[in-house]
Amino acid sequence: MTNAILELKEFTVRDAIFAIGTNATDCHPLIGVYMLEAHARGTKLIVADPRRTELAKHADIWLRHRPGTDVALLNGMMHVILTESLMDRDFIAARTENFDALRETVLAYPPERASAITHVPADKIAAAARMFARAENAATYYTMGITQHVTGVDNVLSVSNLALLTGNLGKPKAGVNPLRGQNNVQGACDMGALPNVFPAYQPVTDDKIREKFEKAWGVPLSGKPGLTIPDVLHGLEHGSVKALFIFGENPMRSDPDINHVKHCMENVDFSPLKEARFIVVQDLFLTETAEIADVVLPGASFAEKDGTFSNTERRVQRVRQAVAPVGKPDWLILTELMRAMGTKADYAGPEAVFDEMRTLAPSYAGISYARLEQGGIPWPCPNESHPGTPILHVGKCNRGPGLFCAVDFKPPAENPDESYPLILTTGRVAAHYHTGTMTRRCWGLDAAHPEESLEIHPEDAARLGIAHDDPIRVTTRRGTLTTKANVTTRVPVGTTFISFHFSETPGNILTNSAADPISKTPEYKVCAVRVERARA
Amino acid sequence: MESVVTTCPYCGCGCSFTLNVEGGEIVSAVPQVDNVVNLGRLCLKGRFGFDFVHHKDRLRTPLVRRNGTLEEATWDEAYGVIAERFADIRKKHGPDAIAAFSSARCTNEENYLLQKLMRAVVGTNNIDHCARL
Ligand code: SF4
Ligand code: SF4
Repeated sequence: MTNAILELKEFTVRDAIFAIGTNATDCHPLIGVYMLEAHARGTKLIVADPRRTELAKHADIWLRHRPGTDVALLNGMMHVILTESLMDRDFIAARTENFDALRETVLAYPPERASAITHVPADKIAAAARMFARAENAATYYTMGITQHVTGVDNVLSVSNLALLTGNLGKPKAGVNPLRGQNNVQGACDMGALPNVFPAYQPVTDDKIREKFEKAWGVPLSGKPGLTIPDVLHGLEHGSVKALFIFGENPMRSDPDINHVKHCMENVDFSPLKEARFIVVQDLFLTETAEIADVVLPGASFAEKDGTFSNTERRVQRVRQAVAPVGKPDWLILTELMRAMGTKADYAGPEAVFDEMRTLAPSYAGISYARLEQGGIPWPCPNESHPGTPILHVGKCNRGPGLFCAVDFKPPAENPDESYPLILTTGRVAAHYHTGTMTRRCWGLDAAHPEESLEIHPEDAARLGIAHDDPIRVTTRRGTLTTKANVTTRVPVGTTFISFHFSETPGNILTNSAADPISKTPEYKVCAVRVERARA
Repeated sequence: MESVVTTCPYCGCGCSFTLNVEGGEIVSAVPQVDNVVNLGRLCLKGRFGFDFVHHKDRLRTPLVRRNGTLEEATWDEAYGVIAERFADIRKKHGPDAIAAFSSARCTNEENYLLQKLMRAVVGTNNIDHCARL
């Protein structure tokens, strides 16, 4: 997030919230509640979502676009803003670059054309554009509804174009605010759990940076960017990757196209030339992924260890041990393993690890466990007297002037056809989390949402002879599962929805692993599907 | 009863709450009021999402696959198998034949250690996590 969560408490009747592709009340309930409270105080709420989410129900304007058409929708809004001269000319002149290219592209998307692509009425697109542009401050929030597409990067660029066009960057109650789906995605990125960067986004290809880390860690380091998750799975399949350490993840349920993931990871060798793959899993439970591992290490839960998480607004906060670990805290396991592999790794505890990290990560340099006793601190925090940075890009964008990146609409990788006539989109529900390994084992949460079903529109259901609660078979080119029909107008005609929390009905057996060429994020949000009544 | 202030393990909002502990078990979670995130609020996951910590299915000892089945092993045995196989693969195929998926659910410290293990000990940048997923 460029801005802070608590800002939502300060939104007034003159401000606007634009929630696109984010089911915040289910997935980020705290932020969802703050949005609804702001709306109750008179803040304008614009929601773009194919599904009738809680936010959509409350919205002043709800744009029900077809899954995968975000670029066309946003270009259509920007067309209205340009042709009605609602843009922020001063901001564009002083703080941006490449405006002419944007104008040229966007002018090809009059609301009528955007409407033909998105199925949102043209006057609604225009009304949303006006509401957004006329607000004193307008903040955009998005999640996986924007990123989990083959055009995920294009979608993010379009969101950012809209913010730049209206001068909604680098000030309070504005900005481009991706909401992070998991508690510490932000932190895992910050810590360099990425194939191309060391902690704090320092490129592995930069010789000076690498020298710094070589000196600190006392070993020569590779300057060759590593493999992303899809690349690793591909490498396992083709034999270039021989060993995989999986720390607290369940790719056999969370990754797209599970049948393919399984094929890549299973220790079955059909070719006599290939040796068996070696897989290590560290997790709380014997997950579907741990079951196929060669070594399983019992991990510790958040309540059994000390450390820090960094939330979606970049705020670093303490995690504190409340109960004794069932096994060992994970930081200890990792240091013991490093020693078993012949390296010196003597840390007195998580604080010592944090202190080493902050000498190498400039944006964390000023944060210490002692300071965190007073409450969380948002990075960048370059030194110990720095208060932290709740709003990014104040005065100028971090990369200098804000760059407009004109993008054209491209359709999703897989579209409905005769054999697979409906769209399937995926997501989460409030009571559960990710692959359900934790929440499915909490009786209060499992009771609140004990089983999966497929949301399908009454018109589609009637055509297929399916009644509410009927057993149904759901099939894509990659897999099939049986579940129950949830006949509801929450989804539009032609679109169905399933979550990925349930092992019995793993939604990701269906999803498409086609991914954005740059971010490598797979297209969980759109694939083509066939639904039939299952014989009982 | 002991009380410990900590941070929610579920979504990226980062609500903080007090875990109340009795006889070594968590009995309740109560939202923090005096912070700058959740101001006394928690959603159902934060409030009721801690049973899994004491669930009977929790893994307690390392497991190592022997003759096709996962069997209980000591920590040292498990570390030994990993160190040996990693060293072997590294020798035969180079460090880039080894990869790790880190965790968006684990702490900063643990993520830092795993990327250091891969980069400084194994010698590869093959480390990623599910930010994309
Ligand atoms: S169930 Fe109702 S009373 Fe209980 S914590 Fe939730 S909202 Fe409050
Ligand atoms: S309590 Fe709910 S809203 Fe708050 S961090 Fe946890 S999951 Fe997110």
